[in-house]
Amino acid sequence: MNNMNVNPFDMRDKDINWCPGCGNYKILDAVKGALFELDLDRRNVVIVSGIGQAAKMPQYVNANMFNGLHGRALPVAMGVKLSNRNLTVIAESGDGCMYGEGGNHFLHALRRNYDITVLVHDNMVYGLTKGQASPTSHMGMKTTLQFDGVMLEPFNPLAVALALDAPFIARASAADVEQTKEIIKEAVSFRGCSVVDVFQPCVIFNKMNTYKWFRDNTYYLPDEYNPADRKLAFEKAVETEKLPLGVIYRHEGRELYEDLLGIDKTPAYEHEVSNTVFEKMLDDYC
Amino acid sequence: MHHFEEEISIVFGGAAGQGVQTIADALVKVLKRKGYFVFASTEFMSRIRGGSNSTEVRITEKKRRAYVRRIDLLIALNADAIDHLGDRISESTIVFAEKDHLAGKGIGEYIETPLSDFAKEAGNPIFSNTVAVGVVLGVLGISLDVFNEYLSAQFASKGEEVVAKNIKAASFGYDFGVEKAEKNRIEVSITPADTPHDQLLIDGNAAVGIGTVAAGCSFISSYPMSPATGLLTFLARKKDDFDIVVDQAEDEIAAINAALGASYAGARAIVSTSGGGFALMEEGISLAGVTEVPVVVHIGQRPGPATGLPTRTEQGDLNLSLYAGHGDFSRVILAPGSFPQAIELMQRAFDLADRYQTTVFVLTDQFFLDSVASVSKNGITRIPIERHIVKTDREYKRYSFTKNGLSPRGVPGYGDGIVKVDSHEHDETGHLTENFGIRQRMLDKRLHRLEELALESPLPERFGSVDAGTLVVSWGSNRGVLEEALDKLGRKDFAGLHFCQLYPLHPDVGRILENRDVIVLENNATGQFADLLGREFGVRVTRRILKATGEPFSVEEVIDALQEARHE
Repeated sequence: MNNMNVNPFDMRDKDINWCPGCGNYKILDAVKGALFELDLDRRNVVIVSGIGQAAKMPQYVNANMFNGLHGRALPVAMGVKLSNRNLTVIAESGDGCMYGEGGNHFLHALRRNYDITVLVHDNMVYGLTKGQASPTSHMGMKTTLQFDGVMLEPFNPLAVALALDAPFIARASAADVEQTKEIIKEAVSFRGCSVVDVFQPCVIFNKMNTYKWFRDNTYYLPDEYNPADRKLAFEKAVETEKLPLGVIYRHEGRELYEDLLGIDKTPAYEHEVSNTVFEKMLDDYC
Repeated sequence: MHHFEEEISIVFGGAAGQGVQTIADALVKVLKRKGYFVFASTEFMSRIRGGSNSTEVRITEKKRRAYVRRIDLLIALNADAIDHLGDRISESTIVFAEKDHLAGKGIGEYIETPLSDFAKEAGNPIFSNTVAVGVVLGVLGISLDVFNEYLSAQFASKGEEVVAKNIKAASFGYDFGVEKAEKNRIEVSITPADTPHDQLLIDGNAAVGIGTVAAGCSFISSYPMSPATGLLTFLARKKDDFDIVVDQAEDEIAAINAALGASYAGARAIVSTSGGGFALMEEGISLAGVTEVPVVVHIGQRPGPATGLPTRTEQGDLNLSLYAGHGDFSRVILAPGSFPQAIELMQRAFDLADRYQTTVFVLTDQFFLDSVASVSKNGITRIPIERHIVKTDREYKRYSFTKNGLSPRGVPGYGDGIVKVDSHEHDETGHLTENFGIRQRMLDKRLHRLEELALESPLPERFGSVDAGTLVVSWGSNRGVLEEALDKLGRKDFAGLHFCQLYPLHPDVGRILENRDVIVLENNATGQFADLLGREFGVRVTRRILKATGEPFSVEEVIDALQEARHE
């Protein structure tokens, strides 16, 4: 059991690149808290991210990190997971990275269903490129590029994930660290590709979806809600009046890509080539 | 009177789906078992059915691995094949085809060959491919015993009756071939090579695949693209025998990133693609550069730009791989010239990638991948698999500064340390930094290894006269055609050089080429390697022999070009 006083996932003396008041700090606390409370060994945890302010998350967590390219966290995470099943793999990035640049990978990661957690910091705006619309920006929001307001309907990650029958789909709100931590714990423990869309206020560029806005426009799904009901989950996913938080869909039993591929527990760095099998292969060409 | 001595070129032509490939496969297997040296190459159109495709099977006394333009025997399965191959048919070509495919044909000798009648007589029109192989064996005077064994094995699952009918079809063809050879005075005298029975008959895809398996590769993610799909398919067939993860990616961007993820976790990982697919991977190559995550990239080249000629051949992606990715970082580019060399170089590619924590490209092409030749099993080199992975301790830093720029490579989950890799410029721990001093040191660290890689680069292989004043340079798949052309040209003032590593080049290459006439032979439009020799050593190339039509060089063409060069 971890020492209750020291979180081994904490990193000291790191200059954090986020703005004061940024929702990312709260998600960082939730992630570290979740990993700690799950009693995971940081040596076996890998956080893969793309590019953007959210993607800097693993820079501030004392665990393995692959901070890759914009949009490409998911294929990297897959490569890691398929090469060593013993690792806990989290792919973490922002809405632009996961739903925009990496949209195709998002679709195909969910189709494959390998056992990772996809954490998306959804602040509905581009921060690091200074304020343009993101795929999840709400219509009408004026930005540093969409001067007349966003014209397009936002991308709905939950509905898309449901259409692909992703086995675990949840939504959290950074404003509530405690609940977000609980949802992340459930997602990381889940066997399969779990998606958590985390609402995150951007205090600099998103003047529409503020801490207050998220508090006023979200609600937690009640205890009696049945997350195994896919039709009901669709209803929840497309609600716009007030946005539901919590585990929207969860179903056990979808086969893992690792299992379909027949991957065993041996990590790839121990891979060996049997000489007997190799010689036999050559003889087949004689 | 037709007399074929020492070698013969037999071409099968027909529409896609007619069985050109099946016939050629059967024939080369029989010939190989009979102890002959065979080399087969294939050209085909980018369509699933129809069109006009052909396979050339060469039987030679000396081991050859090149394409000749000359056709000695043409077995045309339809009238289009004769049109399609028309400019390769000469007065000495003997064409075998059905009567109604022969109407109004020009030069060459035409022999009406009732393939389908024989097939029907044997029991089913679909046996006409078997008849065709029989005809060729009859003309060559090679007894049917081995072919009958082949048919028995091939059709065993379809029952004795089918086997018996095929054997009958083969004998009809064979008798016809023997009769026509006598009547038309076709004499073939090629002595089978005294080869031991350890010969493997493989194509280029299998050569690259065998090398990849031997290297201990355990991960491939790729998106299908001609002509590079063969390696993906090969590894998919072997995945259970060798525990290889085979993932068909949603796109090439995913493929390269998945390979880097796998490699970060300790796998030997590869992607296989062609120029167009590789163009999508370029950012990933830059990522491999900055993160120092090893990866092997197989590029099966075909003519561009863009979709170009999807099923044809070219050596046009040297510059693409040489300059791929933004920023400055190290890389290695290899290009095998023969199948045994491909098996060895694939292992070398993974070894270099791991030892130098860099990207290693292996360039092949459609001609190379779709050719078939025999390889001596004893001649297969195995390179021991050394992973160069360390068990990390608590203080582990992925990018620790060292004298030669190479930091010990740890992987997540192995040891007490954590492994952080970053696409940003980073410090020794892998954390992003904007410190200019560290930036400079990291940049130097990543480039430093090029010096050692150059010193470790093999010198070009030389063939032909030792004191020749003219050196003809080839790389990759052009080795066979140059070797044969120089051999047939038989001039003391010419020697050939073959480069299997294109970058970085050994510093002695400059000295080898200085004060010589340098001719560079390349299957591309501009002479990309000639330019690289100029860039690296100031070599002035006197002549470039180039071809970028989508076809490989023929032996005749190279002989002509070299003769022309000599007269200048």
